Amino acid sequence: MSTVTSIDQPRYKVRFRDPQIEMAHGAGGKASRRLIEGLFLPLLCEASPEPLSDAAHVRINGASIAITTDSFVVKPLRFPGGSIGELAVNGTVNDLAVSGARAEVLVTTFVLEAGLPSSVLEEEVRAMADTARQAGVTIVGGDTKVVEHGKADRMYISTCGVGSPIAGLHLSAGAVRPGDKILLSGPIGDHGITILLARGELDLEANLRSDTRSVLPLVEALASAVGGSIRWMRDPTRGGVATSLNELTRDCGLGVVLREESIPLRDEVRGACELLGLDPLHIANEGQFLAVVSPECANAALESLRATPGGHEARIIGEIRKQPAGAVLVVTSYGGSRIVDMLVGDPLPRIC
Amino acid sequence: MKYVDEFREPALITRTVEEIKRLADTQRQYRIMEVCGGHTHAIYRFGLKDVLPSNIELIHGPGCPVCVLPMGRIDDGLSMAEDPSVIFAAFGDMMRVPGTHGSPLEHKARGMDIRIVYSPTDALKLAAKNPDRHVMFFAIGFETTAPSTALTLMRAKAEGIRNFSVFCNHVTIIPAIRAILDSPDMRIDAFIGPGHVSTVIGCRPYEWIARSERKPIAVSGFEPLDILQGIVMLLRQLRDGESKVENQYKRVVPWEGNRAALRVMAEVFQLRPYFEWRGMGFISQSALRINDQFAAWDAEHRFHIPGVRVTDPKAAQCGEVLKGVLKPAQCKLFATECTPERPVGALMVSSEGSCAAYFNYEHRKASTLTNISVPA
Repeated sequence: MSTVTSIDQPRYKVRFRDPQIEMAHGAGGKASRRLIEGLFLPLLCEASPEPLSDAAHVRINGASIAITTDSFVVKPLRFPGGSIGELAVNGTVNDLAVSGARAEVLVTTFVLEAGLPSSVLEEEVRAMADTARQAGVTIVGGDTKVVEHGKADRMYISTCGVGSPIAGLHLSAGAVRPGDKILLSGPIGDHGITILLARGELDLEANLRSDTRSVLPLVEALASAVGGSIRWMRDPTRGGVATSLNELTRDCGLGVVLREESIPLRDEVRGACELLGLDPLHIANEGQFLAVVSPECANAALESLRATPGGHEARIIGEIRKQPAGAVLVVTSYGGSRIVDMLVGDPLPRIC
Repeated sequence: MKYVDEFREPALITRTVEEIKRLADTQRQYRIMEVCGGHTHAIYRFGLKDVLPSNIELIHGPGCPVCVLPMGRIDDGLSMAEDPSVIFAAFGDMMRVPGTHGSPLEHKARGMDIRIVYSPTDALKLAAKNPDRHVMFFAIGFETTAPSTALTLMRAKAEGIRNFSVFCNHVTIIPAIRAILDSPDMRIDAFIGPGHVSTVIGCRPYEWIARSERKPIAVSGFEPLDILQGIVMLLRQLRDGESKVENQYKRVVPWEGNRAALRVMAEVFQLRPYFEWRGMGFISQSALRINDQFAAWDAEHRFHIPGVRVTDPKAAQCGEVLKGVLKPAQCKLFATECTPERPVGALMVSSEGSCAAYFNYEHRKASTLTNISVPA
C-alpha cells in the first residue's frame, strides 16, 4: 500500500452537511462529489494520495494492480443496444481501462427482488457471460442477496474488477499541461438518451442505441501508439463529458476550452436534447472515453483511435488552457462562448 | 438538423452581428429587455453577449413562469400532497424550486409521491392508471402551456376521470410587461417579445406597447440568429424613430395567434381579479383560474389550501432581478448563499431563470476569463 505522508493534515475533512440523501448524490455531478469528498474519503480513504479517479492503483507484495468497483441500478433492465448485465461488465472494464489497466478478473454481487422472474435473471447472467468473454475478462466469484418484493427495483448488480497496469502509461491530472489536446473516442449522449427514451415516459422515439462497449481495445491502441504522451483519461459516464472535464480542471488547476462544432453528436441525440432542454455534455455515456495527450502526439493519437474498430468517429474536441482556470469553456464557431459546469442534480427536462 | 442549423450558421451570424454594429449608434446606450426567460438562456448559452457591441445592454425580463410564482403557492401545492392518497405531478422545472420546507424533489426524497410529467395529459394518464389515488397536477406557465392544461381538463371532464385535479398557477404575460413599464426605476428602449407565448396569443396584444408606450417590440425565436435579427429590427426602429410590433418568428408565430388554443383557454379558464407575483407584488388580472364548470377538477376547490403568504428571505433580491432592475450577479446572495444546488430563489434553478443562466454559462467566465480565442 502507498505510504501515508502526513497523517496530521488529512487531504479531506468530514464536511458533508446535506441533511438527507437525494437522487442527486448518485447522479455523478456536484452532489456526488460533495458526498465522496466530504464523507467517504476522509473516513474511508484518508491514506489515498491521488486525486479521485476511476480505479485505484496499488502495490501488494511488490505487484502493481488496479482495482475498482461499480454498481448498476439501471431502469429498464434491457434497452436498445444493451442491458444491465452488459453494463455491469463493461462499466468496470472501462473504469479500469481509463485508469490505465487491463481488466483481468471480476467478482459480482446480485441484489435481487423477490418475485423477479428467473428468466429475466438468466438473460442478464448470460449477457454478463457473453460480455465478459468479449472483453477478455474472467468472472471469478460473486455473492447473491434477495430482498423483499418492493424493496428493490427488480435487480441490482455490482461488480468489482482487478486489472494489471498497461505498460508505458503514467496517467495523472497533475501531468496535464496547457496546450495539451483533448480527444474524445466517439459521439456522446447515446446511452443517456436511449435510457431516457426507453423508460417510455416521453412520447419520443428515436433510432438510437446505447453505446455500451468495452473501450479497452481503443485504450490499448492509443497506449501502443503514443503511450507516454497520454496524460489523463476518463470515461464520461453519469454527469457526461462536462462533469469529467470539470473534475479534471479542478484536479489540475487549469482550464478546458472546447470547440462546440468538434464535439461528435448524433442528430437523434442532439434533437432529443434540443427538445428536452438538456445539454449533451451532461448526458451519460457507457462506451466512450476522453484522453488528454501532449500536443505533439495529438494527431498520431487521433489516427490510432480512428484506425481501431469502433474508433472511426474519434475527434480532437479542444485543448487545455491556463484560463479559465478550474472551468470548462465551450466556444462556438461564431465567437460566442459559455461555461459548462458539472451536472447539478439529475437532468430534468424543461417545459417550454 | 433542420430548423436548427440554419439559425446557427456562423457566416449568417457574423453578417447579422456586422449589421447590428452598423446600426448601433456608438454615442448612445441601448437597453433592450428580453421578456422571456427562454431568450435569457439562449443569450447566455450561445454566448451572444460576446459578439454584441458593449453599448447594447440586454435586460432580463420576468418571463419565467417558475420564477414569478411566490413561495406560498409552492407550499400550498405541496401541502395537498401531504395526503398519502395524492400523487403530486409537475413538470421537471418545478422539481428543484424551493418551498419553505424544501423543494418538491426534497419532499420526494422524504417519501412524498411526487412525479415528473412532460405534459398535463401524462398526469391525466397517471390518474387513469391509478384509480385508487388522486393525481394533482401543479400547472404552471404563461399562455404557452395554459392551452394544454385546458385541453387536459376538458378531456378529464369528457372521460369522467374524477381522481384528477389541477392546481392552476397559469399567469399571463401582458400584465407583467405593463407592470414593468409602470415601474419608475425602469428605463427600457425596446423589447424582444416572447416567442413561445406569442405562438398562442399572436402579436396583436403587444400593439399598445408600441402605440401608447412608444417602445419597439420584435417577437423573436430562440436560436442565435433569431435573437440577433430581432435586435436588428429593434435598432432599425430606434434609428428611424419608429415604434411598432414586428414578428421575427413568423415561421412559428401567426400574427393573430392560435385561435383554437385561445378558444379552449376561454372555455376552461377565467381571469383572477389579482394574483401575487414573486417580487412584483399583486398584479391585477394577471393570472388564470379554472372556471366553475370545471370546479370538480380544480384543486383549489377540492382541497383545503392554507393560502399562506410567505415572504422571500430578506436578503434575496429576486424581485429586482425579475424586473430587470438588478443583474443576477448584483444580488447580494448570488453565488454565495444562493447557488443552483442550494437555491434561495427559483430564478437560480428554473431552466428559464436568469440567475441560473448567468450562473451556469457566464459567472465563472466573467471572473476567470482573459483573452480566450477559438483554439486552432
